[in-house]
Amino acid sequence: MDFAYRRRKFVNLVSLAGIFGLAVLAAVPFFVVSVFVLDKGLGAISWDFFTQLPKGPGEEGGGMANAIVGSAIMVGLAAVLSIPWGLAAGIFMSEYGDSRTARCLRFTTDLLASTPSIVVGIFVCGLIVVYTGFSAWAGAAALTVIMLPIVARTSEEMLKLVPDHVREAGLALGLPRWKVIVRLVLPAAKSGVITGLMLALARVAGETAPLLFTALGNNYHSESLNQPTASLPVQVYNYAMSPFEEMQQQAWAGALVLVLFVVVINLSTRLLLRSKQGWSS
Amino acid sequence: MSQVASTTEAIPQRSRRRDLHLADRIFYRVVKGTAWGMMVLLLSMIVVIMTMAWPALKEFGLRFFVTNDWDTLGDSFGALALIYGTVMSSIVALVISVPVSVGVALFLNELAPRWLSKPVGFLVEMLAAIPSIVYGLWGLYVLAPFLRSEVQPFLSEAFGFLPLFEGPPLGVGMLCAGVVLAIMITPTIASVCREVFAAIPVAVREAALGLGATRWEMLRISVLRTSVSGVVGAVILGLGRAFGETMAVTMVIGNIEQIKLSLYEPAQTMASILANQYAEADSDLHLSALTAIGFCLFVVSLVVNGSARFVVSKFEKRERGEV
Repeated sequence: MDFAYRRRKFVNLVSLAGIFGLAVLAAVPFFVVSVFVLDKGLGAISWDFFTQLPKGPGEEGGGMANAIVGSAIMVGLAAVLSIPWGLAAGIFMSEYGDSRTARCLRFTTDLLASTPSIVVGIFVCGLIVVYTGFSAWAGAAALTVIMLPIVARTSEEMLKLVPDHVREAGLALGLPRWKVIVRLVLPAAKSGVITGLMLALARVAGETAPLLFTALGNNYHSESLNQPTASLPVQVYNYAMSPFEEMQQQAWAGALVLVLFVVVINLSTRLLLRSKQGWSS
Repeated sequence: MSQVASTTEAIPQRSRRRDLHLADRIFYRVVKGTAWGMMVLLLSMIVVIMTMAWPALKEFGLRFFVTNDWDTLGDSFGALALIYGTVMSSIVALVISVPVSVGVALFLNELAPRWLSKPVGFLVEMLAAIPSIVYGLWGLYVLAPFLRSEVQPFLSEAFGFLPLFEGPPLGVGMLCAGVVLAIMITPTIASVCREVFAAIPVAVREAALGLGATRWEMLRISVLRTSVSGVVGAVILGLGRAFGETMAVTMVIGNIEQIKLSLYEPAQTMASILANQYAEADSDLHLSALTAIGFCLFVVSLVVNGSARFVVSKFEKRERGEV
């Protein structure tokens, strides 16, 4: 055993241990964040949180019913607007995606997806809010712009997982291309596409920045889609920055709801994909 | 006879076939139109934001980017402090996040057995799924007090001679924002790094091991050294995410427009000032100045993300032998 060999073994050991340590360091924050959110959120959450309107500053009790309803409305509208559009764009990029135009559009979609969400808020503010004021429609429009590229890219990737012989079999039977896509390729990629949609929903449900100056916020239920509308993330933000203990408690409860929503969607879609890994494996 | 029959039958068939092509063409047009809609969306974003930002850019010109003066009452705006805040907080985030991300990517792809790499990979990916606002809440009420009472006194003692760790520990400030950002960009950098490492052929690793390299030497020679450009792309993508991150930073950075070298001091970033002031901007010039900042953020993110994607895809093509 000469010295150089032992040195190499030692360096190897130290480096591998270092890599292991870094990996642990990367996995720890999720535990730390979720433990605190669980701890503080569970202490503050109650049935009232889901059913009551917010109380005034410094008062005990109250809830975020208006914010939950507002979030559901805006996320729902965004889903209705962005899913058909995004899915169709995904179909184009996957099924007709070899041309130069398609590559260019794919790049565009990537750029859209990585646009900071606050910039999307400014865009919708300049496009809609300047003329009509803060409204649920404006909030939904902002969420749509954020959701669209995610839906397009994930459905493209899921459609690409369907092997080409499925398409060829359909075409060989004399089916027109659109029928092959709609009746054969889409059903084959169904679980993957749904996963993508769910993840996109989870992503926009937690978005705060684009709603700050499009939907603004509201202490009550909104009477129409043309009014300022509360949303869970914005309410959490406002309450977190407030000096009142009770409001900070409510913010933790709201954060718990958001995190649970996201984690449940992520876990369940993963399980769904695993049980139906027909094409990709 | 049979020929005649077949020709008479062929007439409806042919017209039906043309119908099918028509449906195909319509389908193609519709689908292509929706994809072009993305381009229209991106261009209209540029146009709308540019138009709104124009008055401020015209009023202040280049001065807007090089002066530090954010006077909402006097209608005088210069964004230098905000640019400094964005760049500095992102640098802090990268310094913390890059080694961790590369390390975890190496561990998950090269070292860990499958039963371990799956759940750990999931934990890291979940970091990207947690809403920004939750990080902000956690940063403000858990991380900032912890930094103030535990970490900052220690840093002051150990590295107090550096201007970076000067001053009283406040908790909330540049350091806190950097740490929160680091957590948030780690999954981005790690997942791109994993893609990049996975693109390197197994044969390269086997060659190193076959020559008697240790595990670490193999990683260093065949994985890390060959993937430098790809990792750089991953880091730039993370940087793009850090630049645009809004809510978490707004909640923990302290929101004061100042240029201080010390990481303990509160600051303001381009994104955080938008979150703070956009809804309440009362003068037109103020609104326009804020939009101009949003425009810069937009352009920077387009450039950063565009170039990063270019670098990464070029790397992957090279490894697949397509160039």
